[in-house]
Amino acid sequence: MARRAAIVGVGLTKCSSHRRDVIYPELVYEAVSAALADANLKANDIDAVVYGSMDPFDGVFAPERWNVDACVSAGFLNKPFLKITTGGTTGGSVALGGYYHVTSGLFDVVLVVASQRVGETLEAQLVLNTCIDPIYERWMGGGAIMVGANQAASHFHFYGTTEEDLAMVAAKNYANALNNPYAHLQRHLTMEDALKMRMISWPLRLSDCCPSSDGACAIIIACEKRARKITNTPAWIRGAGQITDNYYVGDRPWFQDWEALSILARRVYKQAKIDNPLEELDVAELYNAFTIQEIIECEALGFCEPGKGTELLRKGVTSMDGKLPVCPSGGTLCTNPIGATGLVRVSEAALQVMGKADKRQVPNVKTALAHVWGAAIGFHVLMILDKEAL
Amino acid sequence: MTQEEEILIMPGAWNLPFRHTAGRFASRFFRELRDNKKIFGVRCPECRRVLLPPRPLCERCFVSTDEWVEMGHQGTLEAFTICYVPFLGLPPPPIATIMVKLDGANTCLSHVMGGVDLSDVEKAKDLVKIGMRVEAVWRDERKGEISDIQYFRPVA
Repeated sequence: MARRAAIVGVGLTKCSSHRRDVIYPELVYEAVSAALADANLKANDIDAVVYGSMDPFDGVFAPERWNVDACVSAGFLNKPFLKITTGGTTGGSVALGGYYHVTSGLFDVVLVVASQRVGETLEAQLVLNTCIDPIYERWMGGGAIMVGANQAASHFHFYGTTEEDLAMVAAKNYANALNNPYAHLQRHLTMEDALKMRMISWPLRLSDCCPSSDGACAIIIACEKRARKITNTPAWIRGAGQITDNYYVGDRPWFQDWEALSILARRVYKQAKIDNPLEELDVAELYNAFTIQEIIECEALGFCEPGKGTELLRKGVTSMDGKLPVCPSGGTLCTNPIGATGLVRVSEAALQVMGKADKRQVPNVKTALAHVWGAAIGFHVLMILDKEAL
Repeated sequence: MTQEEEILIMPGAWNLPFRHTAGRFASRFFRELRDNKKIFGVRCPECRRVLLPPRPLCERCFVSTDEWVEMGHQGTLEAFTICYVPFLGLPPPPIATIMVKLDGANTCLSHVMGGVDLSDVEKAKDLVKIGMRVEAVWRDERKGEISDIQYFRPVA
């Protein structure tokens, strides 16, 4: 039987297009120090480290070596250190790695860290292009944007979604990010502004696409005995999992739906004993790298029927004052330090459950969902956090 | 740190050569494109799906594939986007990337659309449509690679 585990500390850095004020380990140190301070712990209290980044965005392959001292002096203290890379889901995978470390009973207090300096590459899409099959597919110049744009074009075709719907998602997230001091994009954006943005890849305009960000994030996961001593506000992990889809995107061209995410959601809801997510979740922090994805994710996660995500949006259900606020942080749309982004989603869900989300706090949060996608929409991670242990 | 403090930037660049074998499956596929202007997929012996691009195993059945099947040169556009901004080191815009289910195949080939004026998005979005029929346009000088099919164009 797996042990109970909770998130007991969270540390975020300010994200921007290039954190020129800090070298890489200093950026990681900023997140780790904040997480330790949040949990009122010292480096010596950490039993093991799980670290993630998506190489080669930083221009340094395997940056865990550069960052090892910034992860609670793991080198000096000779701590166990595990690195995980799973594309865009890296930040979700490290959270899972930390969870497994603790629930297995092997470690009691684990530091989970993810970082990325997307701001140090001069062309993120060119780096992403190196992830693509060099035999058949790389030559077309594909990157992440084309995948998101395929999803949007298909959703438009099959469900009648419009550019106005995407603009509404953008305006909502930009407004939320204004309440988040750690967000990268912090500016007011109206739907009218969004609809005038230049076209990136039909039907996605500039405001439908996430920025490239420098940033790091850290959380501390503890077993029940330690968690109850460390904090009065642990965020208990009630359900968590990962799922993968097959390699060739051309084998599954039904971009309007996200089947793998639906399957994972059913698994994780069962684990967390959630029957009706719209009623039982209080907030959802989703990986909306592109506006359309927030709509498809709401559908795949069972907040509404397939094709009805835009209705949920238009009715304000997912707004800050709605029944189920989505992305109070402004989401991935406003901040994307790629390998760290998944952990930022988990952190935001944890902060909401802990009641520490300040100006962006959703009132009376008991249960929060964090979602992460990656690997050319082939991977997903979900985590459900709660004020009460299961 | 004061605002005036000068922060220096260290340049970096990777230029690392690699070589990727196309293996037996893609090599045969590319040779057929180059020498015979033919498009071949492979059939799974269990689920009988015809897989394109051809590959050594069916991931649904987890068995080896070995039956080669010729595809039609026409197919149906299943998904697309049209990119309008340049990205450093990537093909210049506008470029329409499409997924085509060729006649006889059960999966889609990723390729590009041509023969359509993409310059104005407001017009292009009505010219490139999910469900439309497209056909392969071949290069005269073929090199044994996927772009020996230069692009797919709307069927007249």
